[in-house]
Amino acid sequence: MNDFLMMNPVEKYLRQDRMPHIWCPGCGIGTSLNCFIRALDESELNPDKVCVVSGIGCTGRVAGYVNLDSYHTTHGRAIPFATGLKLANPELKVVVFSGDGDLIAIGGNHFIHAAQKNMDITVICVNNFNYAMTGGQYGPTTPVSALTSTAPYGGYQMPFNLPKLAESAGAVYVARWTTYHVRQMKKSFQEALAKKGFSFVEVISQCPTLYGRRNKFRDGLAHMEWFKENSVVKDHPATSEISLGFRTYTLVGKFLDIERPTFLDAMNEQHSHIREHHK
Amino acid sequence: MKPEQDYVLTGTHFFKGNDAVCEGAITAGCRFVAGYPITPSTGIIERIALRFPFVGGAFIQMEDELSSSIAITGAVWAGSKAMTVTSGPGFSLMMENIGFAAMTETPCVFVNVQRGGPSTGLPTLPGQGDMMQARWGSHGDYAIIALSPDSPQECYNLIIQAFNFSEQFRVPVMFMMDECVAHMSERVVIPPAEEIDIFPRRYTTQSPETFELFRPGPDLVPDMVKAGDGYHVHITGLTHDEKGYPEITPECQAELIPRLINKIRFNEKKIRIVQRDIPENAEVVVVSYGITSRIVTRAVDMARAEGINAGVLRLIVVWPFPEEVIRDLAGSTKAFVVAEMNYGQVSLEVERCAAGKARVSNVPHAGGTVHEPEQILFAIHEAMR
Repeated sequence: MNDFLMMNPVEKYLRQDRMPHIWCPGCGIGTSLNCFIRALDESELNPDKVCVVSGIGCTGRVAGYVNLDSYHTTHGRAIPFATGLKLANPELKVVVFSGDGDLIAIGGNHFIHAAQKNMDITVICVNNFNYAMTGGQYGPTTPVSALTSTAPYGGYQMPFNLPKLAESAGAVYVARWTTYHVRQMKKSFQEALAKKGFSFVEVISQCPTLYGRRNKFRDGLAHMEWFKENSVVKDHPATSEISLGFRTYTLVGKFLDIERPTFLDAMNEQHSHIREHHK
Repeated sequence: MKPEQDYVLTGTHFFKGNDAVCEGAITAGCRFVAGYPITPSTGIIERIALRFPFVGGAFIQMEDELSSSIAITGAVWAGSKAMTVTSGPGFSLMMENIGFAAMTETPCVFVNVQRGGPSTGLPTLPGQGDMMQARWGSHGDYAIIALSPDSPQECYNLIIQAFNFSEQFRVPVMFMMDECVAHMSERVVIPPAEEIDIFPRRYTTQSPETFELFRPGPDLVPDMVKAGDGYHVHITGLTHDEKGYPEITPECQAELIPRLINKIRFNEKKIRIVQRDIPENAEVVVVSYGITSRIVTRAVDMARAEGINAGVLRLIVVWPFPEEVIRDLAGSTKAFVVAEMNYGQVSLEVERCAAGKARVSNVPHAGGTVHEPEQILFAIHEAMR
């Protein structure tokens, strides 16, 4: 292994014995994971106490590559698995790292309920606008008009606006970046990791093999250049105004950063109150 | 090891089966329960919600049974003993994560208070129609353990056994109650804590450098670790090697799947719990489990009063099926009568193991109420002809 790799701060957080990974050349998941690891490395967190939970799909494979306690669960169920981990050992920093289909379609109910309970977990959603692992079908985030294998004439259903969904369900921290915005993404991951409560970061990602190829983004790099030219950074806009269209500009930034008691804090407070008054 | 003494309600109680399950789980060390309300199981989580503030447990009412069934596996990997509680419709939703628990060898307990089905069926009335689902309900090939109590006292005793089995064999355990056992109130005696045995989690003594999460011991069961201890383990529902890494090959599948099945199959004698009241040269043996066995007792008393030499076999552990017990009996008795609240599930197993050496008939019942003793007596008469 050459010196450059040895010096790479990301190195020790990856399971080297699992390389090479399964992601396509030009995919945005690697960039997202890289930013996450750098955020973790620069945080005060003890990696022994950090857990990564994924569901199923391309992003779902993140759990398999991080050299942490890592859990590759069933499709859509990363958040409730993470809920169990966190409640059974509150010392753990629990991060859910998964895709838009996993978190928002099959796992959508768990997403809104964990946000509503203000479960103390960080949720990172890599949104590549389609189900990539299964060959590029449309999903809950596919823009209207975009071509996918199951919308061969173009999609016609309105996609979810994830930051708006997270905010209205009860999240306390919400941000969105594209894979072009690596510094900002890393900073948001750091803030999310430091946040108590349900923190949510959406990463808009290219999928060169499937979504990009079908929708005239030449390759991964071309799609990232498109992100660069068509993203507008705006802090704290109303999340109702940041929905994503097909080949329209993308609003990125930090959208929400508030405080409210977490599920665990509220439960512990009630438990100690009850014990106090029923001695 | 022994249970935490402060949380064992030693003494004599008048408990519903549901209450007894809750207290037994607390005695067993269960400190995480995730559930979704469903009749007739709800009494269990209601009591858990009352009791957990005092035992340092975490109860969470989830958005559905899918999330409940995987939240418990998360809690187990963080170091808790955990269970979820449901009835048929919820049990159907839990199949996904019962498979995950089996594949990842996560010790946990699924309580199913059976009601009449299929679908929404009979929410408030009993059934025993989920027995095959408990065994085979999730996709793929695997093995589980299932127990079936016939009284509130046994709900208490057996739920502790269910937790112990789950820890000993690192397997999800199905606790197959029915509406009658759940809602009937009877005397339940809780012994002093020091008289109760708890099987502790099989934590490894190896260092993170040498430890492999799915390398089995001589009993085919691997040791565990918990999150946060520095082992940096990986757990996946994919076919995996002894390290826990995905390995999507026929070779790896051929290593893993037989072990998941054989760790239960080869240990069947250690897991077996049956109750027999079988006189010598019994002409007929009536097989049952759960509430139905109490009707069988009455029916067999009636048969004996008529001079029929009838025996009773109660399956307390239903899965793994006690094949040897049936095979041995099939050599000496003429016929089996199987009484269960369904149209023939466990009776198929009896038939398989009797292998034509003894006649097997069932006493079909669609559920909603228990059998009449006379129905079972009639089946005994028919079997004797």
